[in-house]
Amino acid sequence: MAFNNLDTLYRQVIMDHYKNPRNKGRIDGDALTVDMNNPTCGDRIQLTMQVEDGIVKEAKFEGEGCSISMASASMMTQAIKGLEVEKAIKMSHIFSKMMLGEDVDTEGVDLGDIEALQGVSKFPARIKCATLSWKAMEKGVKGE
Amino acid sequence: MDVKAIREQFPILNQEVNGHPFVYLDSSATSQKPIQVIEAVDTYYRSYNSNVHRGVHTLGTKATTAYEGAREKVRRFIHASSSAEIIFTRGTTTAINTVATSYARANLKAGDEIVITPMEHHSNIIPWQQAAKATGATLKYIPLQEDGTIRLEDVRKTITKQTKVVAMTHVSNVLGTINPIQEVASIAHEHGAVLLVDGAQGAPHMKVDVQELNCDFYAFSGHKMGAPTGIGVLYGKKELLENMEPVEFGGEMIDFVNLYDSTWKELPWKFEGGTPIIAGAIGLGAAIDFLEDIGMDNITKREEKLAQYAMQKMQAMDDISIYGPEHRAALITFNLNDVHPHDTATVLDAEGIAVRAGHHCAQPLMRWLNVTATARASFYLYNTEEDVDRLVAGLQKTKEYFGNGF
Repeated sequence: MAFNNLDTLYRQVIMDHYKNPRNKGRIDGDALTVDMNNPTCGDRIQLTMQVEDGIVKEAKFEGEGCSISMASASMMTQAIKGLEVEKAIKMSHIFSKMMLGEDVDTEGVDLGDIEALQGVSKFPARIKCATLSWKAMEKGVKGE
Repeated sequence: MDVKAIREQFPILNQEVNGHPFVYLDSSATSQKPIQVIEAVDTYYRSYNSNVHRGVHTLGTKATTAYEGAREKVRRFIHASSSAEIIFTRGTTTAINTVATSYARANLKAGDEIVITPMEHHSNIIPWQQAAKATGATLKYIPLQEDGTIRLEDVRKTITKQTKVVAMTHVSNVLGTINPIQEVASIAHEHGAVLLVDGAQGAPHMKVDVQELNCDFYAFSGHKMGAPTGIGVLYGKKELLENMEPVEFGGEMIDFVNLYDSTWKELPWKFEGGTPIIAGAIGLGAAIDFLEDIGMDNITKREEKLAQYAMQKMQAMDDISIYGPEHRAALITFNLNDVHPHDTATVLDAEGIAVRAGHHCAQPLMRWLNVTATARASFYLYNTEEDVDRLVAGLQKTKEYFGNGF
């Protein structure tokens, strides 16, 4: 792997989400709250979500972690806002497959910036960084 | 010490990773293995693989001789007075758990104290948390100084007449702090407590004399000193071990088995239930031969020099935080400001340089340092000044990579 192959991991849009995270913060008051950490590396996230009538109205996150985990959280909150819960879960499954390097059927799903994370699948040690916020989201909306 | 000749004994170092000559700076996690160890294990499996301590056939005898011969090498290596005091375990974690389960639970009661430090690896914290919960004893911590060392006056203040067990790392796997074991042992003994030393980062790098240290237990792992994974050692003073109950029961460790009651073998075998880690012990014996041929004092001196060199080079960098005291073992834990350690480790990996990133199994210490994770470069006898230069160049590239264009 040459040095410039790093660019497949650290795409510009990822670094933009890392340096300028969207939806950073927490929803005060009545909200679904999920705390999750990656015990092997110390990354942690707190996700708060407002779900009304089966739709994710609002999502915010706080946390500490590497560029990949924080950028992924930023993108995830951006992507699921306004989505039906089922669709958010479907998106999470698509994302998991994408991380495994599998072909995904994205019909009817707008991945937007998330596609930039595709390169993470080439860095197996970093997949868990990218999936942390998605796991937190699934846990929250499924009420686990 | 001829580092070039030493490197030739480690076949794994002679390769390219991601298009660059491999630089291995993660020996505190696990060391690489010299050819002598690989061959000793290979020879055992190819020519005399048999179970030990049973049967009378020729290979069985040969395996038993090699296994017990390795125990004698360990005894000599740490200067124990008797090989009855050398128990083979799966590693440091199992060794500490054996003491925390057997000794601590039998000797602790409500109101007693266990004293440890915040710089311990999880494997020297959690067994004591569990022992405290099981017995009603209190877990206490010796405070750390700002540079990550402990003061003997704080040791004296923390250890009281109620203290029954003190457990402390010989060398911190994060800060590189080398603790004053001999002095702590005296203070513990004055108060009637025993001292367990986590030697995982000690034994591979410096001469250990358990009689001089006067510790009561010393635990270490083979895989951090050139031996295979899955073999470790619990040293304990004979009079303590003799009064301790085994933790694992089954084959190999028994004397007589009756329908409702059994008796145990003598030391050290009563603590080695089941077929032991024969190949691992033989590999550990070969690793000890290898290290002793070079000389532990030579290894320590060489590592001190390399650590100093690395500290100078890294301290001269901008935007870097280095954790731990000036005088340290051969490891440097650090963070580049504004770059997460995982990202640092990924960029270094693309340059063929392996470092550790994460919490190093020391979450309480991470909180004390007020960080969630750090990067760590750790050195062993096969590392060179060129490795340090490659690391520093890699870190410069990391800074440029994350500084530019984003």
